[in-house]
Amino acid sequence: MRADLDIIQHWIAPGSRVLDLGCGDGSLLEYLKRTKGVSDTGLEIDERKIHACLEKGVNVLQQDLNKSLTNFCDKSFDTVLLTQTLQAVSYPDVLMDEMLRIGRNVIVTFPNFGNWRSRWYLTFKGRMPVSNFMPYQWYDTPNIHFCTVRDFDALCRERQIKVITRTVVDHKHQGSWMIRLWPNLLGETAIYHLSR
Amino acid sequence: MPRPIPEYSVGIVTPQRLHFDEPLVLRSGKSIAAYDLMVETYGTLNAARSNAILICHALSGDHHAAGYHSDSDAKPGWWDNCIGPGKPIDTRKFFVVCLNNLGGCAGSTGPTSINPETGTWYGPDFPVVTVRDWVNSQARLMDRLGISQWAAIIGGSLGGMQVMRWSISYPERLRHAIMIAVAPKLSAQNIAFNEVARQSITADPHFHNGRYLEHGTYPKKGVMLARMVGHITYLSDSAMRDKFGKNTEELPSDAIKSNFGRDMRTGKLSFGLDVDFQVESYLHYQGERFSERFDANTYLLMTKALDYFDPTVDYDGDLSKAFENSQCRFLLMSFSSDWRFPPERTREIVDALLKARKPVSYLEIDADQGHDAFLLPVPRYMQALSTYLARISDEVNA
Repeated sequence: MRADLDIIQHWIAPGSRVLDLGCGDGSLLEYLKRTKGVSDTGLEIDERKIHACLEKGVNVLQQDLNKSLTNFCDKSFDTVLLTQTLQAVSYPDVLMDEMLRIGRNVIVTFPNFGNWRSRWYLTFKGRMPVSNFMPYQWYDTPNIHFCTVRDFDALCRERQIKVITRTVVDHKHQGSWMIRLWPNLLGETAIYHLSR
Repeated sequence: MPRPIPEYSVGIVTPQRLHFDEPLVLRSGKSIAAYDLMVETYGTLNAARSNAILICHALSGDHHAAGYHSDSDAKPGWWDNCIGPGKPIDTRKFFVVCLNNLGGCAGSTGPTSINPETGTWYGPDFPVVTVRDWVNSQARLMDRLGISQWAAIIGGSLGGMQVMRWSISYPERLRHAIMIAVAPKLSAQNIAFNEVARQSITADPHFHNGRYLEHGTYPKKGVMLARMVGHITYLSDSAMRDKFGKNTEELPSDAIKSNFGRDMRTGKLSFGLDVDFQVESYLHYQGERFSERFDANTYLLMTKALDYFDPTVDYDGDLSKAFENSQCRFLLMSFSSDWRFPPERTREIVDALLKARKPVSYLEIDADQGHDAFLLPVPRYMQALSTYLARISDEVNA
């Protein structure tokens, strides 16, 4: 399992209702269903990934989270997940509001663009960072809204979003004392547990 | 029937006529004292009697969903591309049941049956049956077959409405509800098309207020017209362009080469009321074939059942309340070019299920064929059905 997922599973209560926005092939929901008995719902638009969800027996809805989530009722899920997708959506702030409306709590993970590797790449090469972690060229990337840990903290403050837990990890998904000291510089993946 | 029998066919099948003596009280308040249901089954019921799948047919369907009745059959059952060994509804894994609904004209009790009270055909006296009445009769069939819970109930269009009714009326009697190209109820536009169809039948001078059998005649023209207007709503604009916009090469050399973008029949305009375009003769042909096999009174009944369907009537108009007691899992699929029951209508059901906190999956299949797509082997649709049903098989055949 991807290590960021390993961290967030501890924040999900057994038997709770979980909505995974951009659920991919449904691995996380399947795992949570199997180990925690959650009621699972995933949103996905990629046909092959939807098919993979059906194979796993995960409940999947073909729905574009960039369009509208108004078909979901207020507080109809315990936890709403958005893993490694925030940077690819059209209106991250609107989506955050929607997630906090639909879920009692929200878990968001995203790549931290403030990481020293990105800074180094941009500073010394003068070009948009391309790495194993962010493998796209600027013109074909789905990641249109990169942000840093500090940016996201600011958004939470502005929108009065309560940060229950913030974990920032490196590419090995470990959080050392150094990362805790300089999360925006050393962290590669930011993992937030939020509520309102 | 093709020779040899195709590998993935259920082969020759024989329908059975089951008689039911207990009166069935209908939603209208009327009742049918006794009735027959024509039933076809494929595959084998497992020892736990847990692998049964019910197929609900749509407006013009019947019990003959797969295989052939005899060597001389040119065409297999109406959903043969989906039902058979190795097909999405795999008869090696499931016991598949399909019946002709009450009021039908393929052997179950309906307007062309003899009314025991009068000794003549029911004709227009056959009571109006609703989706709920059908589902109640299907539940009796289920008891007769010794099945306590369906592994799944599957239906498209009007068939999907029966699936929906099952999940509401008999929540503990199905594990999975699979609804395809369906709407929570008809729109005013849907009802309008149905009314045109009904008017074309009842306005036919051979209709005789529905007693055409007693007059030794048949409102053929009316049924043809009804089917023609219905058929248009089953196809999409692009499906028609595809079908009727290509074959300029086949026309004679002095033909009008523009072809008007719609295949012409002869390449020349008649400058009269003759058939100029192939779509016209296609519709005539479809109407003609249909009128040869389908009863006019049954057509009227089926369209009424469609018009009357509204599972929210007992729930203050709230579809999510209707689903409150449902216990099954749901799979819904719609087709992008379906303008009869377009994807947004299917999503109304999905949203009601979400609101009721029921487990639901939903796929919107890209397909050009319009509403008809639910009967066609659209690859992604077939693949999704296969995958979903394979998991059901794992659950019930464990």
